[in-house]
Order: sequence, then C-alpha cells, then structure tokens
Amino acid sequence: MNALKAEKIAKGTLIRIFIFLLCIVEIYPIFWMITASLKQQSEWTLKPAYALNSGFYFKNYVDAWTRGNMAVFFKNSLINTFVALFFIVIFAVTVGFAVTKMQWQGRDAVARYFQLGIMVPVVTALIPLFQIYNKMHLINTRTSLILAYIAFGLSLSIYLITGYLRSLPDEIMEAAVIDGCGIYKLMWYVVIPLMKNGIITVLVLQFFFKWNDLIFSMTFISDSSLKTVQTGLLYFQDEFGGKNWGAIFASVTMSVLPLLVIYLILNKAIIEGMTAGAVKG
Amino acid sequence: MKKVLGNKGAVAWFVLPALILYTAIVFVPIVWSFYYSLFSGSPGLKWKFCGMKNYFLLFKDKNFLDALIVNGKYIAIVMVGQVGLGLLLALMFMFWLKKCKSLVRTLVFFPVVLPTVAVGELFAKIYEIQPNYGLLNSVLDSLGFHNLVQAWLGQASTALGCLCFMDIWVAMGFYSVIFYGALLDIPYDIIEAAKIDGCSGFNLFRYVLSPLLKPITVVACVFSFSGTVKMFESATALTGGGPGNATKSLSMYMYEVAFSYNKVGYASVLALVIFLICIGGSSIIGLFDKSSKEDN
Repeated sequence: MNALKAEKIAKGTLIRIFIFLLCIVEIYPIFWMITASLKQQSEWTLKPAYALNSGFYFKNYVDAWTRGNMAVFFKNSLINTFVALFFIVIFAVTVGFAVTKMQWQGRDAVARYFQLGIMVPVVTALIPLFQIYNKMHLINTRTSLILAYIAFGLSLSIYLITGYLRSLPDEIMEAAVIDGCGIYKLMWYVVIPLMKNGIITVLVLQFFFKWNDLIFSMTFISDSSLKTVQTGLLYFQDEFGGKNWGAIFASVTMSVLPLLVIYLILNKAIIEGMTAGAVKG
Repeated sequence: MKKVLGNKGAVAWFVLPALILYTAIVFVPIVWSFYYSLFSGSPGLKWKFCGMKNYFLLFKDKNFLDALIVNGKYIAIVMVGQVGLGLLLALMFMFWLKKCKSLVRTLVFFPVVLPTVAVGELFAKIYEIQPNYGLLNSVLDSLGFHNLVQAWLGQASTALGCLCFMDIWVAMGFYSVIFYGALLDIPYDIIEAAKIDGCSGFNLFRYVLSPLLKPITVVACVFSFSGTVKMFESATALTGGGPGNATKSLSMYMYEVAFSYNKVGYASVLALVIFLICIGGSSIIGLFDKSSKEDN
C-alpha cells in the first residue's frame, strides 16, 4: 500500500515538473525579450545572454520609437486594421443575414461562393492583384491594403456569422416586424445587438489576422511612412544595423506588449474567438 | 414578415458591396493567374504569349523542386508537432492537471496572439551566434555543452529544424485548446464506464478517446496543413529563406520569381501550384472524416 502511495506521489511530482517546464518554455522567451530590451549594448559582450538586465535602459525604447519610426508604423497598423475590421464586420453581418434569413433567389449559391474563399491562399491572388493595383495607381496607398484586408477577411467571417445567425430564432424578428420594424431598423436594433457574441468572435479573429499581416504590406507598400508594424520590424535591422540589439529588442517588445495587455484582459474571449475559426469552420 | 425579408432592395444593399469587393480582389485574381501563366516575361516587359511553356518549365526547375521538398518537410514536421503536441497538452489538461487549469491554458495559448514577425525576430536572437551568443548558445555554453554551440540558423542542417521548432512553439497552445474543447464535449459517463471496465492510461486513449476525437483531429490537421502550405511569414522573418535555399518555401520562391526576377508568367504557374496543393491536400485530409462517418 505504501509503495503504491509513494509511486503516486512520484508520478504527481514528475507531472508537476513537466507542466512547470512546459510553462517555462512557453513564457521564458517573452520574459527574456523584455529584460533584453532594457540592456545596454555593453551588457551583451560582458555577460551571457540569459543574464538579467543590470539597469533599466529605456533609451532603447526612445530610439526605437523615434529613430526606428515605430510611432509611424503603429499609426499605420492601427488605421489599416481598424478600418478593415469595421467593414469586415458590417459586410459579414449584412451578407450573413441576407443568406440565412432573407428570401431571395440564389442565396445559397452566393453563400457557397463566399465560402470558396476560405481555402484560397493569399499568394495565389498576389501577382494579379499587384498588377491591378499598379494600373489603378493604388500601390503605396493605405487603400490598397485595406481593400485586400477586407476582401480576404470576408469568407471566414461570413461563414462564422451565418453559424451564429442560424441559431437566432425567427420569432424575435417576427415580433419586431409585427411591431412595424422595417428591414434596416430590424437589422440595426434587433439583429446586431443579438449578434454581439458572433461579432466579437469575428473581431478578435480578424484583428489578429490583419494586425499580423506581412505579405500584403510587404508587396504593396514600399514607402516607409506607410509601412505597418510587421514590415517595419522586418526592415528594422537594416536601419539600425544588426548590432544594436537593445533597439531591436525594444521594437519587438513594443509590438508585442499591446497584444500581451489585451490578451491578459480578454484572454477568455480571445481564446474562444481564435479557435472558433477551426472549431466551427 | 415575408415582405420585409423579401425586400430586394435591401438584399442588394446587403450583398452587393461585399460581393463586388470579394469578386474583384479574391476571385478575379485567381482566374487572372491562369491567364498570366500562359505568358512569359512580365506585363510591359517582353510580355509574350508562350502557351504551356511555363508549365513544362516547372519540371526542369531545380529551385522549384528544392522549395517543394523544403515545404514538404516543413509541413510534415510542423503538422505532426502542432497537432500531436496539442493533443498531448489537451489530454494533460484533462487528466493530470487538477489545479490552475485556466492559468496554464492561458500561458500556453499566449504565443498564439504574438505577431509572427516579432516572434521571428525574437527567435533569430535566441539562435544567434554572432556578434554575441544568443539565449540558446549562451545557455549551452554555461552548461558546459561547448561543442553544441553553433550557428543554428547559419547552417542548412539545422535552420529548418529551428524554424519548425519556432512554429510548433507558437501554435501548440492553439491546438491544445481545440482538443481540450473536444475532450470536454465527450460525456463523462463514457470515460467513467471505460474506467470501471478496467480501461485506463494508453488503452483508454487508444480505444475510447481516439475514435471520439477523430473528427476534431481531422479539422486540426486541415487547419495546420492549410497554415503550413502557405509557409511564408515565419520563414521570412526568421531566416529569409536561407542559408542558401535551405528554408525557402514555395510561396517564398514564387515571391522571388515574381518580384525580384520579374518573371510574372512563371510565378503565376507557381501560385497555381500552391493553390492546387492547398485545396487538394485539404480535401484529401477531409476524406478521412467522411470515411469514418460512413463507417458508423
């Protein structure tokens, strides 16, 4: 009996160590990054890389923010992402509503047509899109990115929204119509408030997709005053040289911290939103 | 009711703007790629109709084959890693972890939300050897493994492995949450009944859980596959395709052919190949789900 108990305790300890190690592996790189961003240049040569920062050298952040243009990149990313999200949500709700609840010919065909886009890899459309944008003089404009973001965000968003809309009972809408609601009022006052969860899911999922976009902004934007955070980071090393580790770490940390804070506050909604694409898709 | 929901004007307002945008930016370019693939050169520069020549070029192009092999290895390693470890973690959440479930889950999921480029830059510094040792090398060095200190990203033999490790690290938590959700959906009676019948540990997983988890496994595989076929962002940020062509994926090769070499026609063929692999592969993986449904 005692042996059994000892075995159980040993197993429990092993499991605990394993879980602890796992958390370390997942979290330590981020922690290291933050400490590294506060190191002076000399610390890299004097001490091993895993050593903690000896002081708080915030000048790295100042460098990254001003000389490294992070302020500009942030502004661009914010504008592009939020404009795109706004339209994605509007289109997803209206199209989703039209193909699930409204009566018209060809609605299933339209729904399927939008669904086709879920599997399309972005690179397949990239070359012709570049040529089209080039002819329309849209290269190096925010419009080019925003249009691409919206269009490539639609398929999955509409698909997710229709899933939520199917479970919306018709009776609620019927009651509103009997009370004299027109279609637009019905949409604004009844459907959208009831779709809050679905909209949050779409917002979370698409926010991370758009914020992390690299391939579009790399292709369509070469003007450094229009670059987003992702392309900015990629070319950061060229501007600072590979040796200024402090500023590189500061810029990477800066691009990560806002997401970290948002995630710590909204982690449940974010985990649900991010996995909805796979679970419901 | 019918009149309100059958309002044709409203349907047009609701559907047309999105439909036009989607058609113009997602659908037309794909069809357009077919058209481009029949030309050599690039528009405005030696742009000549060449029929199927670009397609034949594919078979003679060693760079294409290299990229295909790199991409294939990457898909295999990362898919097994992401889905396998995700499943393992989920089982751990379910059966081992009594306390702090949501805390561990939050921590493990955390890398998923990080921007790929930032993660790439971070790992580039972790694997660094010049001008200073990065995190990995300095830890190895002080633990006494001096012979393991190496230019992880600078040699063809380790670069792809390092890239795969990074992408597994990022996405593991994502798959664990998906599997954990599916495990919670399994009625506890079933597991209890199996346990009473003396089924536990690996047998419980093999005979009870794995058949029940099959649909979600297929979904996870499709998801992981369609993510890894597109291999671009992480490799661009971590290695830029190098050293040599050791981590250059199909997408990166296509990008290079189109935008550095200006061979738009041939690049369109590559784009179509990626498209076909993505659609074909996902449908083949999807078949596993269908066949299991027909069995039941």
